[in-house]
Amino acid sequence: MTWKHICAATELPEGEPVGFKIGDQRIALYKIDDEIFATDDVCSHAFALLSTGFLEGHLVECPLHGAMFDVRDGRCRSGAYKDVRAFKVEIRDREVYVHLDGGPASEDVRDNVTDATP
Amino acid sequence: MSGLVVIGASYAGVQVALSARDAGYAEPVTVVGEEKSLPYQRPPLSKDFLLNEVREPQLILRDDAFFKSNRIDLVLGQRAVEIDRQAKQVALAGGARLDFDSLVIATGSRARRILVPGAELDGICYLRSLTDACDLKGRLEQANEIVVVGGGFIGLEVAASAAKLGNKVTVIEAASRLLERAVSTIVSRFLLDAHARAGVDVRLGETVVAMTGHDGRIAEVVLGSGTRLRADLVVVGIGVIANDELASTAGLKCCNGIVVNEHGSTEVPGIYAAGDCANHYNRFADEWIRMESVQHAQDQGRVAGLAIAGSHERYDSVPRFWSDQYDLKLQIVGLSGRSDQVVTRGSVEDGRFSVFHYRQGRLVAADSINRPGDQMVARRLIAAGISPAPEQAGDCSLDIKSLLKADEKTVA
Ligand SMILES: Cc1cc2nc3c(=O)[nH]c(=O)nc-3n(C[C@H](O)[C@H](O)[C@H](O)COP(=O)(O)OP(=O)(O)OC[C@H]3O[C@@H](n4cnc5c(N)ncnc54)[C@H](O)[C@@H]3O)c2cc1C
Ligand code: FES
Repeated sequence: MTWKHICAATELPEGEPVGFKIGDQRIALYKIDDEIFATDDVCSHAFALLSTGFLEGHLVECPLHGAMFDVRDGRCRSGAYKDVRAFKVEIRDREVYVHLDGGPASEDVRDNVTDATP
Repeated sequence: MSGLVVIGASYAGVQVALSARDAGYAEPVTVVGEEKSLPYQRPPLSKDFLLNEVREPQLILRDDAFFKSNRIDLVLGQRAVEIDRQAKQVALAGGARLDFDSLVIATGSRARRILVPGAELDGICYLRSLTDACDLKGRLEQANEIVVVGGGFIGLEVAASAAKLGNKVTVIEAASRLLERAVSTIVSRFLLDAHARAGVDVRLGETVVAMTGHDGRIAEVVLGSGTRLRADLVVVGIGVIANDELASTAGLKCCNGIVVNEHGSTEVPGIYAAGDCANHYNRFADEWIRMESVQHAQDQGRVAGLAIAGSHERYDSVPRFWSDQYDLKLQIVGLSGRSDQVVTRGSVEDGRFSVFHYRQGRLVAADSINRPGDQMVARRLIAAGISPAPEQAGDCSLDIKSLLKADEKTVA
């Protein structure tokens, strides 16, 4: 259960998903109307990164087969693909922190707060 | 107990049920499916599944708990045999009758059979279901010389998988190029080269006229030109036929599929159809068509589910399709039939390019190889009726997304 520092809030472009790697976990961040959301970056279907997808409103579209996920809760809009995980986001001093809960990749992190690489 | 009954538990049927629930439908929802397994992904059956890279449990769309939590009753391994419109009941093969207020027919399609002498020999396979795929996978392990009849999506995918598994593969295609009705000549040629590189022998402009055997097993495939090819396994992929007999017997209008409107509704109130089994007027094609894709089954299923829940949205998605062969991701958006101008973006040599199709100056479709980003933009352009100048579409120095903000004047 760790909050991880990801980047400065100003680094995130409005309406464009951005992918980050934290250890071997990949997450995607989305800034929508100045609010920031985070989900798994890898699509629940095959291997594609949602951060290379298209954001429309709160839905991100997977570039490969078009699955649409609501970035607020990770829910897949279609019956055919499973949901992805959505993570809690906090802004402290204009820096973005994401709460990575339960993901196997977060276990090997020793510090309470680690930096992510884009 | 009535409510919503869906016949067919695959992409379209599952989406109907889910979208109805999402839109607040509170009555019972029952999805009847002839196949025994939980609803599963069909596309990998010709790709990763044959290669053993994906196994059965990974094909499942959603688990039992998901259906339970959405209060969707799955009745699997049961075939619907009759629709009684007067009594508003569906009869199942086992004798049970289900009452319905709303009915959705999402029975999909089945593989078209080849009608030549010898077509009943053992070792002539089709690929539509998980059962077919398990059978084919087993046979591929034993086979050496494989003839694939039909150079369509399924034929080419099976050929690619079989070649990867080390088999000698020959593809017989009647048309003068691959995927003639679906992609540009540039993509056809590119795919032909890719198959040739993998050692697949593609014979264009050839037909199969007979098959001969030994002891009831396939031994040779005879072509129209007189050529005889040795084969110990034949895979036939010559298209599909809509499963619309239940509907036509019940007096619903069918014409190459069950005829439905933009909400997936038939002419009979309360009876809908969606997916491979339905025929609708598509504004992007500008004609009545029966589409066979995951996108179509889901999006048409969705509007039908919404309509049943009383929330009407028109089916207006730009058609989309994908196919994976070797390490090539082919994606198609829009319908390129009757296009009169094409422009290429990216590099054919590097295997990363898109072909944009125009009809009378209007962008109608794009085929891409390993360029998913172009596809997402092309879909939005086509949906919005924006046609960037072909020079712009072909110019890689322009960010493709900038085309979306094209001059108002180009909006058709
Ligand atoms: C090998 C293969 C590869 C494919 N690859 C791609 C791809 O890469 N991309 C893509 O977009 N599309 C692909 N497709 C096409 C795609 O799978 C179909 O378009 C899609 O499955 C259609 O969904 P559907 O729900 O309409 O029908 P189907 O998936 O055909 O499902 C219909 C279901 O209804 C059941 N049923 C039929 N009659 C009855 C009855 N009387 N009672 C009860 N149940 C009944 C059937 O058993 C079946 O399970 C592929 C198809 C195959 C076979
Ligand atoms: S990989 Fe995302 S929809 Fe298929």
